[in-house]
Amino acid sequence: MIVDRLIEWFPTSAAWPGITFIVAVILCAVPVFLFIAVYALVAIYGELKISSFIQDKVGPMGQGVGLHAWRWGLLQPVADALKLILKEDIIPSSADKKLFILAPFIVFIGAFIAFSALPFSQTLIIADMNIGIFYILAVSSLGVIGIILAGWSSNNKWSLYGAMRSAAQIVSYEIPAALSIVAVIMLTSTMSMQGIIQYQSGLIWGFLPNWLLFNNPFTFLAFFIFFISGVAECNRTPFDIPEAESELVAGAFTEYSGMRYAFFFLSEYANMFVVSGVAASAFMGGWQSPIPGMLDTPGWGLFWFMSKSMFLIFMMIWFRWTFPRLRVDQLMDVCWKGFIPISLVNIFGVGIWHLIVG
Amino acid sequence: MYRDFGTVLIFAMLAIVLVYVPLFIQSLVAPSQKTPDKLDNYECGEEPEGSAWVQFNIRFYVIALIFLIFDVEVVFLFPWAMVFKDMGMVAFVEMGIFLLILIVGLAYVWKKGDLDWVKYNVKYGRGRYRQKASQTEGETVGSI
Repeated sequence: MIVDRLIEWFPTSAAWPGITFIVAVILCAVPVFLFIAVYALVAIYGELKISSFIQDKVGPMGQGVGLHAWRWGLLQPVADALKLILKEDIIPSSADKKLFILAPFIVFIGAFIAFSALPFSQTLIIADMNIGIFYILAVSSLGVIGIILAGWSSNNKWSLYGAMRSAAQIVSYEIPAALSIVAVIMLTSTMSMQGIIQYQSGLIWGFLPNWLLFNNPFTFLAFFIFFISGVAECNRTPFDIPEAESELVAGAFTEYSGMRYAFFFLSEYANMFVVSGVAASAFMGGWQSPIPGMLDTPGWGLFWFMSKSMFLIFMMIWFRWTFPRLRVDQLMDVCWKGFIPISLVNIFGVGIWHLIVG
Repeated sequence: MYRDFGTVLIFAMLAIVLVYVPLFIQSLVAPSQKTPDKLDNYECGEEPEGSAWVQFNIRFYVIALIFLIFDVEVVFLFPWAMVFKDMGMVAFVEMGIFLLILIVGLAYVWKKGDLDWVKYNVKYGRGRYRQKASQTEGETVGSI
């Protein structure tokens, strides 16, 4: 959408169609990268402060001479980023060097290209593909390959255990997540992100916004299955057994330092946003206003989408500091013996509901 | 169509550049004083014992196999979900039969105990891990 408009806007589009296209995409991609970076800084600060308040302490209050924002330690994430870039870049001598270097690239590509199909508002979507939501589900699992590579190439026992657990967990939780999205597509009959959001306009039951979350009891359940699976796919607590600090040091990323580690970290936060964005679009009406007909210009659309996503990210942070970590066998049991049977039954439920109620 | 996926291709290539640039900046500003001890693997400060490239538990392989079956199933469900509203009852019954076969498969795997992460060969084990009458009391197979 944005790419198409930029191409129309360029005067020389007839002479160099290929070059114009590439320039238009780069003009879209750089702001997306800046958005991810700024959002990650905000989310890291938010995580520090929220965790502190949950644990009844004050969190970062200052960063020392020369890096002191007004108060509340606002520059803490900036100081973290500076620290990471000034760290020595260490590749263990016994590691598989090529794969070790390749891993952060793959993880970051998987997180970054998912943003090209996220609908930020009515007009603000980089590529409104006809298979949008399927594409996001597909590329967001690319990160598994990077994590396996990181764990295997480090030649470190912690990394190997972490990577194997992480891969098993991510691929397992992908199935309930995808099955809940199937329940959504059965009702919307389209996989385009904008199409799914447009389906959710208007009112339902007379007073609720027509979000799929409220559409019927089965999609209500599907939202929770999708969101919890999403939390598990991001390897966040309570599903963080792959990088459990107290037993596996840092899981697959044990041997990484400096910017290489920072990109794994950035990708984790980017994945959180992708999961929240998809959950907000598919179940909570994306850029639709909660009161239909009020405040639904594209500018407000961006506001609604961001506030819904940020609310879900806040929920993830809240989970992290509230629930204890699940044991590895409980983790797999929740997925294979809980979520997958429930979401399979859910599909039948949505089908029967549609055939009977309409 | 080509525009959408061309966008994705350029995004992916740009992602490589965007990772490379900070790494390059780091190589300029960060210190680099390598010593053999520093380049060793981290194993809680001890000297690493052997390589980490070892055989690991077969259970991951089983999970990967079950995952493959279910992932292919999900891929089949997506085109069906697109036409569900048009085809109505016919589509529902057809997919119901397809799903039932897979649910039977899941039930079989569950019953056989392949979904149990920690497998016991003790008397409380389930499925094929139940202790045979002739076996003496074994130990829990370790988990990673």
